[in-house]
Amino acid sequence: MANPAGLPQEVDPAEETMELQMGPSHPASHGTVKFNLKLDGEVVTACDVEVGYLHRAFEKMGEQGTWNQVVPYTDRLNYASPFINNVAYALAVEKLLGIEVPPRCQYIRVILSELSRLADHETCLGMGATELGAMTVGFLLNEARELIYDISEAVSGARVTVSYTRVGGVTADFPPDAGERIRAALAHTRGIMVDCDKLLTRNRIFVDRMQNVGVMSQEEAVSYGVTGPLLRATGVNYDVRKAHPYSSYDHFDFEVPLGSKGDNYDRFLCRFAEMEQSMRIIEQALEKLPDGPVRVSDPRIVLPEKRDVYGSIEGLMNHFKLIMEGVKVPRGEVYHAVEGANGELGFYIVSDGSGRPYRVRVRPPCFVAMGALGHILQGGMISDIIPTFGMINMIGGECDR
Amino acid sequence: MELTQGSREPLLPRLQEAFGARILASHSECGDETIVVERDGMLEVFQQLRDRPEFAFNFLMDVTAADYLGKTPRFELVCHLYSLAHGHRLRVKVGVPEEDPIVSSLTPVWRSANWLEREVWDMFGIRFSGHPDLRRILLYEEFVGHPLRKDYPVNKRQPLVPERDPIKNDWKF
Repeated sequence: MANPAGLPQEVDPAEETMELQMGPSHPASHGTVKFNLKLDGEVVTACDVEVGYLHRAFEKMGEQGTWNQVVPYTDRLNYASPFINNVAYALAVEKLLGIEVPPRCQYIRVILSELSRLADHETCLGMGATELGAMTVGFLLNEARELIYDISEAVSGARVTVSYTRVGGVTADFPPDAGERIRAALAHTRGIMVDCDKLLTRNRIFVDRMQNVGVMSQEEAVSYGVTGPLLRATGVNYDVRKAHPYSSYDHFDFEVPLGSKGDNYDRFLCRFAEMEQSMRIIEQALEKLPDGPVRVSDPRIVLPEKRDVYGSIEGLMNHFKLIMEGVKVPRGEVYHAVEGANGELGFYIVSDGSGRPYRVRVRPPCFVAMGALGHILQGGMISDIIPTFGMINMIGGECDR
Repeated sequence: MELTQGSREPLLPRLQEAFGARILASHSECGDETIVVERDGMLEVFQQLRDRPEFAFNFLMDVTAADYLGKTPRFELVCHLYSLAHGHRLRVKVGVPEEDPIVSSLTPVWRSANWLEREVWDMFGIRFSGHPDLRRILLYEEFVGHPLRKDYPVNKRQPLVPERDPIKNDWKF
């Protein structure tokens, strides 16, 4: 039969490429991001990744307050691992000040950073597995995350927005039962991990969806500046904790798990193995946790004790000056990197010698990884977007700042 | 690949030897080795920093900028390089004048430059010649101005959808 009038002429649907906008609010993408796709059937021929939906002007706001007032903003960068951001920022400012915090503070920072890394990997793997239908794993890992949030709450008073570090130390020492609670949480987490391992690692459906999907070669990963588990899944041994130890990381014995193929399955295995290494670091740090102060004892940097603020004029003036004018950080610029849960988390800060930062720049690991995502997705199937994006573990707060 | 360990041998003398007059200034405050290079021919310097085996900076970790309003040149492009083989870091800065804010794109050397440079364009209004796709990245195309410039007011608002007055709402419940 001839074409009815008004309908387009002779379009072969198999010849056509379809343009599809996936997101910014898609149920399977945790995080607000848009994929502008060109599809040939189910194959992605081009992919433009659009980020920025969660932009909150972190760097501009960082220039407005005093040095310590940036700390609450850093919580909201990678909200799955807020302690690591806190520590990274504090270490950068301390590097510019030329001070080193006392050993107990360094150990506390290590313990909390590793707990954060655990929570971050649990988020990534739990959500990633849920998106592929393994909902049980999602619930199990959410339970494990809950244990860490409880510890966050006991230590800092907040579950996510912890704001725990200050320039020159941390806000408060561990509560007396912190060690016990953390050990109990780790024991529970280990049990959960055994279950997750049984449910996922050799699960036919999961392995089929992950293996040889989202492959990135070593050269590509390096050229795209990708770091963290994504880089290590390709077999490149780069971990800031090992290559440039900070905050006493050289005191602990741990391994850096490596992959070989750089596909989603290797990323999953790397993250999974890193969780065990994080737990090892935490246990060693708890074992060796030294006594002593948790802040430097320089009145130009840390706030005086409350009894001095209320009891002496010097204490009151000291407090007032630090709150109103801020810590005076010497003129200069510094870059300091730590190993965030998703890769190298660096802070580049510039001081003009006043109590306020002149420039605060964060090098967000998942922004850089997202830059490579369009390339990774090209040539794959549309259904592979979900696991690949899940394993990139984009955290909107950090990517869009 | 080999496990990298931080190199303790200073880089700056070797860089001086290699690039000579192309390095306008250098310092190593707080242990961060920094060079300032000329804007003309910067691409070649970066290319050599990556390709020469004694430097081997295979990572472009970060590209950002800083606005020193009132100084000449007004902007500084700040790049952080990392070498996996030697475990050393280097900061390379390029002065960018206000009247002609354009520099060579590093996209031919490192792919990570693509998004990082788009962000610098978005936030500072520095253009990159040779960039394949210089669009805004965190803000929307309709946005006017570049918010990380020091003369952009911090409380200026330019929403895409007009904001409602929260007091005079028209909620029905």
